[in-house]
Parts: sequence; C-alpha cells; structure tokens
Amino acid sequence: MSRIGVFVCHCGENISATVDCHKVAETCAKVPGVVHSVDYKYMCSDPGQNLIREAIKEKNLTGVVVAACSPRMHEPTFRRTCADSGLNPFLCEMANLREHCSWVHEKNDVTTEKAIDLVRILVEKVKRNKPLFPIKVPVTKTALVLGGGIAGIQAALDIANSGHKVIMVERDPSIGGHMSQLSETFPTLDCSQCILTPRMVEVAQHPNITLYTYSELESLDGFIGNFKVKIRKKARCVDEKLCTGCGLCTQKCPNKKIPSEFNTGLGTRTAIYVPFPQAVPNKPVIDKANCTYFQKGKCKLCEKICPTQAIRYDQQDEIISVDVGGIVLATGFNVLDTDFFPEYGYGKYKDVINGLQFERLASASGPTLGVMKRPSDGKTPETIVFIACAGSRDSAKGIEYCSKICCMYTAKHAMLYKHKVHHGKAYVFYMDIRAGGKMYEEFVRRAIEEDGVSYIRGRVSRIYEKNGKLIVKGADTLLGAQPMEIEADMVVLATAGVANAGAEELAQKLHVSYDPYHFFAEAHPKLRPVETNTAGIFLAGACQAPRDIPETVAQASGAASKVAALFSQDELTREPLIAVVHRTAPPIYSSCVGCFICQSACPYQAIEKEEIRTRDGKLIKTVAKVNPGLCQGCGTCVALCRSKSIDLQGYSHEQVYAEVISLLNRGEESNVGI
Amino acid sequence: MKLGFYPGCSLEGSSREYNESLCASAAALGIELQAVPDWNCCGATAAHNLNHNLSLALPARILALAQKEKMPELVVPCAACFSRLKVTRHELLENETLLKEISKIIEMELTPDIPRIINIIEMLEKYVMADIDGKIKSPFKHKVACYYGCLLVRPHKILKFDRPEDPQSMDGIMKRIGATPIDWAFKVECCGAGFSVSRTDVVAKLSGQIIEDAVSRGAEAIVVACPMCHSNLDLRRKAINDYSHQNYTIPAIYITQAIGLALGLDKKELGLHRHLVPVEFPATGKPAVTQTEA
Repeated sequence: MSRIGVFVCHCGENISATVDCHKVAETCAKVPGVVHSVDYKYMCSDPGQNLIREAIKEKNLTGVVVAACSPRMHEPTFRRTCADSGLNPFLCEMANLREHCSWVHEKNDVTTEKAIDLVRILVEKVKRNKPLFPIKVPVTKTALVLGGGIAGIQAALDIANSGHKVIMVERDPSIGGHMSQLSETFPTLDCSQCILTPRMVEVAQHPNITLYTYSELESLDGFIGNFKVKIRKKARCVDEKLCTGCGLCTQKCPNKKIPSEFNTGLGTRTAIYVPFPQAVPNKPVIDKANCTYFQKGKCKLCEKICPTQAIRYDQQDEIISVDVGGIVLATGFNVLDTDFFPEYGYGKYKDVINGLQFERLASASGPTLGVMKRPSDGKTPETIVFIACAGSRDSAKGIEYCSKICCMYTAKHAMLYKHKVHHGKAYVFYMDIRAGGKMYEEFVRRAIEEDGVSYIRGRVSRIYEKNGKLIVKGADTLLGAQPMEIEADMVVLATAGVANAGAEELAQKLHVSYDPYHFFAEAHPKLRPVETNTAGIFLAGACQAPRDIPETVAQASGAASKVAALFSQDELTREPLIAVVHRTAPPIYSSCVGCFICQSACPYQAIEKEEIRTRDGKLIKTVAKVNPGLCQGCGTCVALCRSKSIDLQGYSHEQVYAEVISLLNRGEESNVGI
Repeated sequence: MKLGFYPGCSLEGSSREYNESLCASAAALGIELQAVPDWNCCGATAAHNLNHNLSLALPARILALAQKEKMPELVVPCAACFSRLKVTRHELLENETLLKEISKIIEMELTPDIPRIINIIEMLEKYVMADIDGKIKSPFKHKVACYYGCLLVRPHKILKFDRPEDPQSMDGIMKRIGATPIDWAFKVECCGAGFSVSRTDVVAKLSGQIIEDAVSRGAEAIVVACPMCHSNLDLRRKAINDYSHQNYTIPAIYITQAIGLALGLDKKELGLHRHLVPVEFPATGKPAVTQTEA
C-alpha cells in the first residue's frame, strides 16, 4: 500500500498570492494513499527540507510529491532530500504550482482547483513510480579532434596538456587551416604565421597527440564516452617514416603549373607538393589527378631523385579504427562562391579577387612575397576598392547573416595596402561597420584617420573593365545616394563566410544537428554554446558560425575544458529516464515482435537488435534492445511501438494513464457533488 | 505548332517591325501565333502608377480571354507587357481573394490555371533552338551586343528567368545562329525607358553609355527584345549622337530580325527598312562609329 507525502510550498508569496496553499494541502490529504500533507512558506529552505526528511522517516513514506516551482529549478534539491532519508530519489515528483499555475493565473478558486489537480495527478503517478538507479557508462579517455585549423589546434593542445590523449584528423596534407593563409591579424597586425606555426609544431611534437593529416572521418559509431571511429588515411604515395622532407622531389617534379590551393590559385605548385614551407608535417603528397605518372604511366622523376626511396606509387588508403570518449568538431568554414555576383566580374576579371586571395597577396610567404602586385599584369595597384558584405546580409543574392569578420579584415586589408603602397588610394564600400570587440573600433578608426582609407557608405552595383581599368559603379548613400564611379586597378570582395564543403554530410555522419546554412548547431545558443545536441560531441570555431581568431581560440578552449571535464571521471552517470523493451519469463520472453520501426525512428541510433537464444544456442526470436548509453529518453520509439512493448522509465504507460484517469475521475466526482 | 500570342500596342505601332519579323520568322519555323481575340492594353507604366487593382485588372482580362481560348501558354514579345502579365499572374496565384476580386472587376471568371507567360527568348529556347541548325540558310556572322534591358530579367523572384545581373540566354541563341556575342558591361543597364518623352537628355546619356560600350568592344549590332529599348537606341539616336558628340552608326535590331536574317528571309519582310538607323553591318571592318567634326 502506497504511503505518499505531499509538501505544498508557498514560495514566499509567489504561489500563495494566487493559490490557497493551505486548501491544496488539506484537500490532497484526502486523496487515497496520501498519509501526510502539509504546506510551508519555503519548502526549499533547510527547515522546509527537514519537514520532508522527518516525514519520510516518521510516516515511512513510499513516495513524495513536492508542489512548488519548476522541476528545472529544484528537482535535484528535493531528490537529494529524499535520498538523504533513504528514499530512492526517483520516488520524488514535483508539481509545478509556480510557472504552470500561480504565475500565469489570477487569484481565484479555479486557480486553486488547478493546483489541486496538478498535485493529484502526480500523487497517482508517484504511487506507480519504481526505484530507479543512475546508469554508469565507462569513459575512454581519448579525444578526437576533427579539423586542424586554429580551433582544432587549440582544442587539441588544451586537452593534451590536461593529460589526455588526442587524435587529430585533418583533411588537408598539412594542419594550419585558414589561419596559416592569413597575412597579418587584426587588431594588432601581428603576423598570422608567426603566432600559429609554433602551435602547429607543438601539436606535431606533443606526446599526447596523434596526428593524421590527409585523412578524413570514415564513420562514427557508439556514444558519449565510447565512440568507435574509423579514419580514412588517404594515400600520400610517400612513406612518411622514410621521408625526411628534403624537398628534392618537389623541385624536380616537371608538373609545375598547378594552381596552388594554399595560395588560392594565385600561385602554382607541383604535382608532388608540400602546401607551404611551414607545413606540419613537412612531408609531400602526390596529387594523383595532376601527376604525370598517374595520368600517363611515365615519369617517376620523384622516385628517382628521392634519396631515401620514400616514394610509394602503390600506396593505398588506410582505414584506422580508434576508440574515443569525446569529440571536438573544428572543421572550419569556407568563403562564398562568388558566382552569386556576376555583376562584380569575379572569375572574369583577374584583378577582382576575394579577401582570402588578398591575404595571400599581402603575405610575406605569398606568391608575390608580400609585394603589392595585381594578379593580371603584376603592376602595383594605384587605386584599390574593397567591397564589404559581398554576399553577407544579402537575402536576394547571398546569405542573410552577417559574416562578422569582414568589417575587420577589410579595414586590415586597406591598412596593409596603404602601408605597402603609400601613395595609393584605397576605398571601402560598406553597409555598416560592425567593429564590436576589444580594440576593434579603434582599429577601424585608425584605418580611416591615420592611414587615410576612404570609407564610402553604399553598395556597388557593377564592375566592368574599360581601357585596362576596373570601373566600379556604386552610390554614396551619405551624400544623397550620389552615383559614384571609381576607376580601380584592383577590387577585393569581402565574400561571405559559409559552412565548409561537406559540412552537411559530416553532420549526418556524426548525428549532430545543423542550421539552414549548414553550420553545426549548438545545444543552446546562450548557455550551451560549445556542446552539440549529441552528448560527447563539442564545437569549436567557425564550423558553428563565422568567427574571428580570438573568439575561435576561446571557444576551442571551452570545448577542450568540456572534454577534460568529461574525462575527469572514470564512469559517466546518467539519469535512468530511458526507454526499455519489455522482457519477461519464458515462454514469452518479450512482447516485442521485432518489427524494428523503433530502430528507424530513433534519432540517437540507440536501438539495437538482440537475439534471444536457448541455452544450446538456438535462436528463439530477435527483439529490440535499447542501448542505455545512447538513449536520451525522448520517447519517439514508445509512440511508434505497435505492440506497446517499449516503456520509458519514469514515464511508463501505466504512470501516464494513471495521471490522465485521475483527472477524468475528478470530473465524475464533482458531477456527483452537483 | 500553335502558340497563344499577345502582341500588345507597341507591336501594332512604333515597333511594327518587331511584329513583322516575329510573324515572318515564326511562319518560317512552322509556328502559328494565335493572337488573343479582343485583347486590350496591358496597363503599361500608367496603370500601376494610378491604381493597383487597375494594373492587375487590365492584364487579368487578357489572361481571362486567353484562358477562355484554352491557351496553355502565351508568348509576349514586348518586355513591358511580359512583365505586367507575368507579375499579374504571379500576384493572382499567390492570393485567392485577390483572384476573386479581380474576376469580379473584369466580370470574367479567372480560374487558377492561368496561362503561362513566356517571353520571346523563352519561346525560342523552348520551341525553336532544338532543331534550328538545319534551318539556317545564311548564318548571322556578326559581332553582336545582346542587350536585355531591365524588364526581361527583373524582378528575378517573379520571372525566374536567366541570371538577373549577367543574363546569358540571348547570347546562347545568337551563338546558335552564327553570331559572336561580345562580353560587355551594359547588358542590363537602364536605357532611360519612358523618359524618352519627358527627359530626352536623360535617355541620350543612358542609352549613349550603352551604345558607347557596345561600340568600343567591337559590336556590329545591338540585339534587343524590347520595343522601349529599341525605341531609345534607334529613334533617339540623333539625341544620343548630339549629346555625346559622336556619330554612332551601329544598328539596333530585334532578336527576331537577326533570326529572320539567319533563316534567309527578306529584309523588307523583317521590317528592317523601318529603322531610323540604317541596318547596315560594317562587314568590311568599318567601325560602327564615325567621328564627327568637332
């Protein structure tokens, strides 16, 4: 026989101002099974909690209903209180009289009636509660970091420095990401590579970090603490152990005219190549699509010249399987394809370039060694136009959001140009200047005031070539939308930052959600910004949204600390509010018919197949089984199960029906009363 | 093949040659253009400046008449008429109440299966281009500037035709009939449109820039698909030349005239004699401009 205690809280006046708490306690005392019912001003206070503790002991309670605020607020508090007195914490339920009743209704009898109902249905539920015990899951204390840009590097180093193993996977032949392509960084104008390359080397040399470059995630299985990862290590055609990185092969390769990805097509590379001199690892790869040997079957110059015989034309992709406990997604971003703006002539005119290309032109390691030369004829551009928001904040042609970094890098570009070409004219067409950040606004003012960059508020409608000049047609909206025409030698488009190619596919592989722009979605935009909706997978950097270096680094450290916290325990404790498949004694074994609709419906891949066999191994039936580590307790499978064989612990069919029926019964009773 | 056809007023008046060349070329290509009986004005610029319902009711009547004739599709050669009819169709399909309201105004039942509206380029792409090669008798071997103007490609949201800032469809058709379309910057710039009457100087400047760019890039002809554009580039040539102190001789021709010539049709049949700027191609390499004495 159930012995339920009801504890009604006034929450100061938050509840008692509109609900007659005393009447609630009095009425609920008469509900069958309730042996104790009191009200108190602050149930969460020490004396309030003591009321519960004492009642549990004195009245030997088998269940507790606390009628107070939202369970989001104090459920952990009252469950602990119950546990203190030896009652299983899952035998404690909270009726939300504050958010669901007193705060949203006026003071009258009906409000009190509703409060009574809220308590009564939970009394019926808690009568049917069963003691539950937290689920323990072991943790593999190795992290996987996907992406070797600054976000991945920071996250990997932080996790490795807290004493855990890290596996870093990078798609390109070298780590470094976009930051390695940048010239100088705002707002301090320190050289990007100079601050990045030491960290790249640290990653390569760190005893806790295993680095797989030129590799991609093949598949992911498992759950928080217990992920099983397959990594495809693409064939470099170079034996990394033998290669010393001497570079003879890259000098001898006859195929020298391939556009260099690192130099954004402004420079060239060979077919066997290292993307840039500071690459980590400094080992070349063979680009098979452009290699004479792979295309025509003849050449092998690199093999002949290699002093350590490290060339392996027959090398195959390798699949590496690893177990990890947590994952940091740091796959970065891309710049918007400029085909959106045929009116700007990108691709048609060589001297219309994007921001990333300008970074290479301004970089000391770039194709011009940092000398300002325009791509078409190598002349110094005397007049240069920068177009901000080329695609950003443009729902008609580009993307709706603000790419956030362009205002700052455009100011930096204009400044770098003026520092290199003192007599040159630099114009910036902008919509608004968004320079929120430490020393950011000051930086933009410096470009305008000290370096004399002309900022024009307005949009550019068209760019076309005429007599060797790029005619930039725009409007100055601060001068009454006066049409402007600038004869420029070079134009730089601050193209929008967009999700990386393949982001959607990767998100699906990892079962993390993504937004309409294919950026990975955080679990909560404010309070859980580095977590995904999938437990154990965290986010860092521009794969979540466009962001600059300081923000990326901060977020990467945040993600790393989440991983470190995850790894600080040997076992994970999870709430046992998960789905379970019906099991019973032979000869029925389970009411599950094995249709596995639940499996296709489960968003967390938590449903497995279980074969029930006799002692001699004969298969009796195949039924569904819920993996307690993966199940998030969403209940989708419960709703879809045709044979009602799945129940959600803590929210079983029996419990929910009891709640509903108790409400229906009240109606009958009150009718009888009338 | 029979196609529904809405000529509009320009094709009966200032741009008769557009109509003549269209009908002649269509006949040669085996297309029968069946005009909407008892058609009326599309409302042009005037109607939508005056009253929104009027701007919808006028084209709606045309659409209702076409619907009555069971025309699934309507070819509309004039870019302005095309725009008005297509915008009206779009608005009526978006809003059921409006469709009923306008039906009441025009006293004709307009049901949601309103005929589709296509412009001349779409007609050519859809019904002509697939097997044109065998029909070309004298390839139109000229460097041409394909000029789209504004209403043929804008607003993109409604028209959903070609790329609004860098259209390619007309260029593609010109290539097929043997011409070499030039890459130029004024494909979709404004010609000055209706200012032709009230502010001819504005048209002289804007249309002058279009001609200047086409000529400087070596075009022998400007190909258009809009009576307004044609009128400004042809009829206003003197104003343009006076304004820019040039003597531009480059002809502006309709896309249907270029096709007619490629099909080997007679110049007169194509209405080429009606232009104010003589349609002569400097095939000998003469520039399309002669410097006036300063």
